[in-house]
Amino acid sequence: MAEYTLSINGQSHTVEASPDMPLLWVLRDRLKLTGTKFGCGQGLCGACTVHLGGEPVRSCVTPVSDVGAKRITTIEGLDLHGAHPLQRAWIEVDVAQCGYCQTGQIMTAAALLAKHPKPTDRDIDQAMGENVCRCGTYLRIREAIHRAAGQRKEVAP
Amino acid sequence: MSTTRRDFLKTTGALSLAFALPVQLKGAAAQAPDPAFQPSGMLRIDPDGTVTIWATRTEMGQGVRTSMAMAIAEELEADWSRVKILQASTAPRFGDLGVTGGSQTTRSTTMALRKVGAQAREMLLQAAADTWGVPKSECLARDGRIQHSPTKRSLAYGDLVARAGKLTPPPEPQLKAPKDFRILGKDARRLDGPDIVAGRAQFTTDLYLPGMLVASIERCPVFGGKVKSFDASATLKVPGVKQVLEVPSGVAVFAEDTWAAFAGREALKVQWDEGPAAKMDSASIRKQYEERLKTPGKVVRQVGDAAQALPKAAKRIKATYDAPFLAHATMEPMVAVADVKPGRCMIWAPTQAPGMALPAVEQITGLKADQIEIQVMLAGGGFGRRAMADFIADAVACSKAVGAPVKVQWTRPDDFQHDGYRPATLHELEAGLDAQSRPVAWRHRFVGPSIAASNHFPWPPEAVELAGAADLPYDIPNLHVEWGQSDTPVPIWFWRAVPASFNPFVTECFLDELAHAAGKDPLAFRLAHLPKAPLKLGQHEFDPARYRAVLELAAAKAGWRTRKLPKGWGHGIAAHAYLDCGTYVAQVAEVEAKAGGGIRVHRVVCAVDCGQALNPGNVKAQMEGGIAFGLSAALYDEITLKEGRVTAESFSDHPILLLPSMPKVEVHIVPSELPPGGVGEPGLPPLAPAVANAVFAATGRRLRSLPLLPPKLRKA
Repeated sequence: MAEYTLSINGQSHTVEASPDMPLLWVLRDRLKLTGTKFGCGQGLCGACTVHLGGEPVRSCVTPVSDVGAKRITTIEGLDLHGAHPLQRAWIEVDVAQCGYCQTGQIMTAAALLAKHPKPTDRDIDQAMGENVCRCGTYLRIREAIHRAAGQRKEVAP
Repeated sequence: MSTTRRDFLKTTGALSLAFALPVQLKGAAAQAPDPAFQPSGMLRIDPDGTVTIWATRTEMGQGVRTSMAMAIAEELEADWSRVKILQASTAPRFGDLGVTGGSQTTRSTTMALRKVGAQAREMLLQAAADTWGVPKSECLARDGRIQHSPTKRSLAYGDLVARAGKLTPPPEPQLKAPKDFRILGKDARRLDGPDIVAGRAQFTTDLYLPGMLVASIERCPVFGGKVKSFDASATLKVPGVKQVLEVPSGVAVFAEDTWAAFAGREALKVQWDEGPAAKMDSASIRKQYEERLKTPGKVVRQVGDAAQALPKAAKRIKATYDAPFLAHATMEPMVAVADVKPGRCMIWAPTQAPGMALPAVEQITGLKADQIEIQVMLAGGGFGRRAMADFIADAVACSKAVGAPVKVQWTRPDDFQHDGYRPATLHELEAGLDAQSRPVAWRHRFVGPSIAASNHFPWPPEAVELAGAADLPYDIPNLHVEWGQSDTPVPIWFWRAVPASFNPFVTECFLDELAHAAGKDPLAFRLAHLPKAPLKLGQHEFDPARYRAVLELAAAKAGWRTRKLPKGWGHGIAAHAYLDCGTYVAQVAEVEAKAGGGIRVHRVVCAVDCGQALNPGNVKAQMEGGIAFGLSAALYDEITLKEGRVTAESFSDHPILLLPSMPKVEVHIVPSELPPGGVGEPGLPPLAPAVANAVFAATGRRLRSLPLLPPKLRKA
C-alpha cells in the first residue's frame, strides 16, 4: 500500500492503494465516482474511459502508480451540470439503451472533439472504433457526436 | 411498505444508508407518514405535483421504464415533464414482477397500467368536483390539472392529493380512445437518459453498502466440475483480502474492494475434479448432432405428406445449416449484492426474473419468500441472461457465508465462460418444386439441446425451440418439420429472440435457395406463396396481410430490384412474424461481399408492424439494436468448446460488432391500430438471413453456417 495524491475533476484526493490497483478501482471503490464503468478489465471495451492529462485512457489497465500529477477527468467532471454539448446531444438523440457503456463512449467522444471539433465520419470511426456497445447504439453515437459538433441538425429517431 | 423492508431500514438506519442505496429506496423509505396520493402500489402523486411511477418490469435498455410510465401517464393525463420513474422490488405492494422477457412487457402490462392511470384520474376528477361542489362530468383532466371550464377554475393534481387519497378507486374506469392519446404513440425520450449521460444512473455494480465485502468466485472452467481442493495461502497475503471460502459455485475470495478480490483470485490455487464434461468439445457436439440427425425427431408440424410429395417433385434441393452456441455478453458483467441476516435477506440485482430467483434464495438461506426482498436494479444489458438465478444465488451464498453484505462481481472471463448459452443447432432440409416451379414439399429436421429440459422447466422439451421453424408461414401443401432433442453439458438459456435467433436464418435462407432454384425473384416468390387468409400457427394466428405488408414496405424503401448497386454488392431480403409478441418484421440488407474477402453490410432497411407503436422512437431504437445484435451474431459471434470449457475469455477472442461496422439502418413503422406488440426481440431474426441472402446475391455463394466468416465464403 502507498499513498497517492490525485487531481480528479479539479479536486485533489489522497488515497491509499496498492501501486498496481487500476485507476478504475480507485475511482469507483475508493472515491465512489461510479460513472466510470467496469466492462472487461483488459482495456478492450472502453466502458472505463477517463481523461488523463486530456488524453482518453482505459482506466481499468492504468495502474494508479502511473498517474502521477496528471489531471484526471471522469464523466462526473466533464461538465459541472452534466450539460457538456455531448451530454446534451446524447439526450437529444436518445442514444442510450441500457446506458452502461455510454459514459465511456462520451468520454472517448469528448477527447475526440477536443482534438477535432468538426470530426468526419472517418475520425469518428477511428476514435470510437474500440468502444463496445452491446445494445448497438452506434448510429446514434455517431449522430450525437456530429450534433454536438454542430454539424447536423437532424435527430436520428 | 413491506414488513421486510421497513424492518430492514429500521435496523440498518435509513439515514446512514441513504447515500449508498439506490435512489428508489430513498423514495420508498420516505413513504410513511404519507401525505401523497398513492392509489396503487406503483403510482404516487406528491403534493408538489411530482408523479412517481415504479416500473414493475426490468429496464435493460429496451425502454420499459419509459413506456410503462407513458401508459400510466396517458390515462392519468399527467404532465409528462413531472413524471419520474423508479424500479419496483418484490415487496408485496408492487404485485407480481413476472419475467421481463419474450418482448412481452408491452403486450402483457399496457392495459393494466392504463387502468392504474385511469383510476387515479377519476379519483382526482372526483376530488376536484367535490372541492368545487360541481358535477364531476363538468371537470376535465389535462396536463396534471383538473379544469372546470364553466367557471374557468383549475386545480393542480398536487393540490388534490389529500382529498383524492380518501376516495376509493373505481373498479372499472373508462379508458381513453386511442385517437385521444396525447403521450402514447408519440416519441418519448428515455426518462433515465439524463442520469445515464451524467454517470448518475445507478447499476448494481455501483452499490456500496456499509460493511460490504466484494467477492470474486473462481469457478471450475469445465461445466459441472467441482472443487477438489484449494490453497489460499498466497491469496490471504494479498492486502485487502479477508477470507477465502468454498461456495456452491466455486471458491470465493472476499475482500475489502474489487481489485483486492480480483488480485486474490489470481493468487488462488484450485484443484478441480473436472468431471465427464472435460472430454467434450465443439467437434464432439457436432458429431453427436450429426448422429441424432440420422434418426427421426418429434414431428412438430405436419401438413399433407412431404415424404410422398418429395419424390414426385420436378426439382428437389437439399441443404444442411448450422448455428453455434452464443454468449449474451452484456456490457455490465454479472453482479448482485446480497445482505443475509437472521430472519431476512435483502438483494439488489439487475434481474429479469426476480420470482425465478426466489426458490434458490429460499433454499440457500432457509428463509421464506416473505422474508426475502429483491430490489430490481437497472440492468447493463440483459438479452435473457439476467433471467438466470445463478448470479443472485452467488451473492446470497456469499453473504450468508460471511454474515455481511456482499457484492459478487463477475469478471469478463467469468461472464463469457459461465453463461447460459444460446443453443447450437444443426438442420437438414429438403424441398421440392413442381413443374411450374411452385414449392410443393418442405421437410426440415433439426437437432439441438432443449432449454426446457436442461433447466427443468415443466414444459414439453421442444417448448422454446420451434419458432421460425414449425411456424413456417408459407403456403406449401406438404410440410413436415421435426425436432430432435440432443442435450449436451453446455448450459443453455434464453438469448435475445431465443429460437428465432437461428430458425429464421435457416428457413428464410432455404426459402431463398428455393426461389433461386425456381428461377424466381426471392421477394416475388415469398409473396406468391403466402396463404390467402389468416391461419393458426401453433398457438397464434398468423396474418399473411401483415407479413406481406412488411415485406413490400421494406422492399420498396430499399429499392429492391430498382436501386442500382455497385459490382460485388447484393440485396437480400428476409422476414419473420414474431407471433409470440405480435410483431412482424422484414429487412433488406445491402451487402458488399467478395469470395476472397470479407462481408460488409452497408445498409439495412427494416419494416416493422408492431401493432400500435406506443413509443415510435423506441420502436426504431429497438429495431436498430436488434439489427446490431443480430449482425454481431451473423458476422462474428460464436462460442466454441475445447476440453469441456469455453475458449473465449474476452472481447479480444470474441469480437462484438463495433461502430465502424455498423451499417446505415432505416426503420419504417407500419401505421396500425392493432394492439401493441413487443419490439425488443423481433428486429433480430430477419437480419442474419437477409445478410446471407444478400451475400448470395453478391457472390453466388450460399453460406449455410453461422457466423458468416470470410473463410467459409472462400470455401462456399
